[in-house]
Parts: sequence; structure tokens; C-alpha cells
Amino acid sequence: MNMIKLSWKYLIAKPLSTGLNILLLALGLAIITVLILIQDQFENKMTKDAEGIDLVVGAKGSPLQLILSSVYHIDFPTGNIDLKDAMALSKNRLVKNIIPLGLGDNYQGYRIVGTNHDYLDLYSAKFSQGKAWEKPFEVVLGNEVAEKIGLKTGDTFIGSHGIGSSSHEHDAHPYMITGVLAPMGNVLDKLILTSIESVWYTHDEEHDHATHEAPVAKKGFPPTDQDREVTSLLIQYRNPIAAVQLPRFINSKSALQAASPSFEISRLFELLGIGVKLIQGLAIVIIVIAGLGIFIALFNSLKERKYDLAVMRTLGASSWQLFLHIVLEGVILTILGAVVGIAIGHLFLVILVMQNDQGAISTLSAAVFLKEELWILGYAVIVGILASLIPAWNAYQTDIAKQLTKS
Amino acid sequence: MILRANNIEFYYDPKQKFQIPDINLDSGEQMLILGKSGSGKTTILNIIAGLLKPKSGKVEIGGTDIYTLKGSQFDKFRGKNIGIIFQKPHILAPLTVEENLQLANFFAKENTHLIAPLLKELGIWDKRKAKINTLSEGEAQRVSIARALVNKPKLILADEPTASLDDQNAAAVVRLLQEQAKKYEAALIIVTHDQRVKDHIPNQIIIGGQL
Repeated sequence: MNMIKLSWKYLIAKPLSTGLNILLLALGLAIITVLILIQDQFENKMTKDAEGIDLVVGAKGSPLQLILSSVYHIDFPTGNIDLKDAMALSKNRLVKNIIPLGLGDNYQGYRIVGTNHDYLDLYSAKFSQGKAWEKPFEVVLGNEVAEKIGLKTGDTFIGSHGIGSSSHEHDAHPYMITGVLAPMGNVLDKLILTSIESVWYTHDEEHDHATHEAPVAKKGFPPTDQDREVTSLLIQYRNPIAAVQLPRFINSKSALQAASPSFEISRLFELLGIGVKLIQGLAIVIIVIAGLGIFIALFNSLKERKYDLAVMRTLGASSWQLFLHIVLEGVILTILGAVVGIAIGHLFLVILVMQNDQGAISTLSAAVFLKEELWILGYAVIVGILASLIPAWNAYQTDIAKQLTKS
Repeated sequence: MILRANNIEFYYDPKQKFQIPDINLDSGEQMLILGKSGSGKTTILNIIAGLLKPKSGKVEIGGTDIYTLKGSQFDKFRGKNIGIIFQKPHILAPLTVEENLQLANFFAKENTHLIAPLLKELGIWDKRKAKINTLSEGEAQRVSIARALVNKPKLILADEPTASLDDQNAAAVVRLLQEQAKKYEAALIIVTHDQRVKDHIPNQIIIGGQL
């Protein structure tokens, strides 16, 4: 027999009340766990995906939409821009490097992104099979895409028009897979990458077989004398002054729009922050109610247990042992609540991810454990101690003789 | 002498002092304190048990002046040296019979290895894994006797141990108390107003006038 076992026995003697308190606390803590997990992973991923991209340039519209569509590939593009405007920008002395993106097609909901090899270098992409595209209609699959649609190097498929799943198919031009990327843990995992030329030629009415066999541009823009368009440009600055001058220059002097990923993302988190705060508040209210529940349960049980406590004193228990006995009950309850809560949080995320195999949520993982979750355990213990303090003090003050002679 | 309680004075109201005789017992000796309800016999028991500090006078158990002990030292002393049996068994309901006895060992920091022999002698060995609410009155009272004895106390105090029992069980409980006290060489004091107990123990004092 020891103090923990004793408190445990008293807890399981009232399974319903104990279970309810554990569940209530677990619910509050599960919400906090999910918030922590999602927030951490989103912020991590978002920073990782935007790394190395100083500025995104695209058609006028919402700057946030431009960032979401061109960096994270989760929203629709703002429209296309003229290739001539784009090429003019690449001559600007403040621009170190420029990566064009051409969006507009998908295969089974996975976006086909026309770009050049710089885009692969931007994320230091590694191949698990094959190599990068060399000719039009050659594509490289992100690791998750390859896994989900079950294609490998050498296979072909037909893309569909549009960003989301399916509308009409571009059946005249099958894509041929030349490589599959290794798992990157970033946005590349969900993309199908190809050359800008592929995107252009898919949408052309007439077919020129000579150009379809010519090698594609691996850096910069493809040389062309036709009127062509791209969707957006990812820009790296040459020097810090560019951060001040370039966005203002583009936004005021041209038909284009420039948006900074870091700025837009912090704005996005600010917007989301209100919602997160609201849910957090709700979770805290639930936790406080759970704490009150534990307090009331202990306090009420104390009335019935005064006699038991007095008997323990006659058996040799000290006042402090009675104090500890009650506090331990609160703490055991809350530790269980925390463990169950963290488990429910992860389980919830597993279900959430299972039901969304594409889109932003699918990049989340439930198998991540954060240091913050230990804090949850810590907070729970504090709740347990606070809730049991007054009942424990009452137990400490048990007057044995008076209690035992009461009939 | 295992117990010396001399010159004890106690009152809640100075105008109504309890009449408390000196009580001295050797190990193995037994005594019955008889008195009507409200005569103060439970108060005497509480004072001897170290649960209620007298206004004056000394209680010595095994040579220790118990009211000079402080805090948890006092609690441990009580747990080790004094076994108390109440009118109602007051077994801790969330624990099994055996665990109730283990708890007594734990709080007194004793390990006397008496749990199994006591339960067997008192005829409740088969009930050792049982919860209290499945026991009969008599069985429950026997558990409380076992619990009072498990730390091998020098002094056993029983407060109306037979009050809620029928004749047969009452006689059995008194007999068990006497046997066990003798066996473990403890002094035994039974406080009661139960006439059925009177014939078992010749050494008697009467509190608060004739019954």
C-alpha cells in the first residue's frame, strides 16, 4: 500500500464521477493539443515552403491569393501575366533570379506546374527515380503524387484543364514521367512539375511537332516570338535595397502585382489568429469547468469521507499524509485527463488527415510530438493541484476525536 | 505498567468537569469502563487513545508521555502502539479487507506479517479480497478488530464494539478481543454501556454513577 495506490482506490470507487471529470478535462486539452499541432506544423511548412522566395509577382488581385496560389499551391491564381512584362522585369538590376510558373492544369486534383529547373534547385529537390524534364510534355512527380496515383517513371497520363479536379481533358498531349522526387516534406510532394513549354503547348490549338521535340529552357524564360503568358514569377532579390524598391516599383509602375510571402503569411496568421484565440478561449473555459468539476467532486466526497480520514489518522496517518492523499487524487485525475486529451487530439488529427487526402490539411501529420505537449501535462497538474488545494486543506484539519464521536 | 493515566482532568465547560478516575494497566490486563450515554466514557477513551488532549494530567503508554509527542511523531506512535475499535466498523470502503490491513501497516510504517494469521484466526481469510459492503455486520467488526491488531499495539481500545451486534455476535466479538489481546500481550480496555459484556471482564470501573 502507498499513497498513490490509496488515492487511486478512492478514485475508482467512483468510476462515473471520475470518468466524467477525466473526459471533460481531456476534451479541453484535446482542443489545445490539436491547435498546437496544427499551428506548429502550418507555420513550419509555410516558412519552409516560402524559403528563398523574396517576392511573388503576378496579375493584379489579392496579394494573399497570389502568395497562396504561387507559393503554397492552395488557392486559385489571380490570372496570367504577359510574358513580355515578365521578361522586362528579369532585366531589372535588383532582381537576382526569377522563376516563372505556369499553372492551369491538373491530374486527379494534383496541380501541374510549368516552371524551369531553378524551381527544383530552390527546394534542393532530390530524385528517387529518373531525372528532370528535358523536352515538352516530360514531367516529374512529387513523391506523394506518385504514391497516390501509382505511376512511375516511363508511364504516361493525360492532364485535365483547371486547377481543381477535372473538367475537360487535354487528350491530344499525354504527359510522360521522367522522374519522381524523393519525399521532400514540402509543397513539392504534391505537385507535378514540368516545363513552361508543356503548359503552353497543351493549350495550343495547332500542333507543331518540331517544337514539341526541341529541348526546353532549363533556366530563365523559354525563347519565343509568340504572344505567350505565364501565371506568376518567384523572385529573389539581389540586395536588401530591392526589398524596399522593387515591390513599390512593380505595384505602381506596371500592370503587375508584387507580394511578399513573409508579409502576407504573417497577415494570414493574424487573421487566423482571431479564430485560433476564440477556440483557445473555449478550450480554457472547458478546462476551468473541468477544474471546478474536480474541485466540487473532491469537496463533496470529503463530506462522506471525513470519517475515513479520521480513521486513517487513528491508524497512524499524519495530517500531511491526508493533505497529500487528496492532492494526489486531483493530480492523478488531471494527469489521466492530460494523457487522454493528448491522445484524443492526435486521434482527431489522424481522422482529419485521413478524410482530407489533398489540400492544406493533408500535409499535417499526427505522428508528431511537440515539447509544448509536455507543457499541457504540466498545466494539467497545476489544475489538479489548484482544484484539490481547498479540499486537501480541509482534510489536513480533520479533527479526529470530534469526527469519530459524531454519530 | 503499559498504561498510566493519572490525574486526568477534562471539561468543555469548567462548571461541568468530567469525573475521570486514574487508570493503570499492565500488558495482558483487561478492563471494562461502564457508563451511561453522555457520562464521558468515550471522552476518556479519546484521551487515552491520544485523540483528545486533556486539560491536565498525564497519559503514559509504554513509558512515553504521549501528549508531549509532536505532529507526525504522535501519529506514528498512535498507529504503532494503540489499536482502536469503534462502535461501527469504519472499514475504508474503497479498499478490500486485506488492503485495509495493509494500509494500517503502511501508515504506522510497520510490517508485522500479521495480516494472514490475523485474518485466519478471525475467520475472515476467505473474505480478504472482498469489499466491505459485501460483509455482514459481524464480519465487518472482525475486520476492524484485525485492523486494530495488525500493528501489534501495546494497548487496544474498543468503543462500544458490540452495540450494533446481536447477542451471538456480541459475545463472539468480546471473546475474540480478549483472546487476541492476550495472545499479543496487549492491554485491553472496552468502553460500553452494553450489559451483555459485563460478565466477561471482572475488572470494571463505572463512570457517572450506577447503570
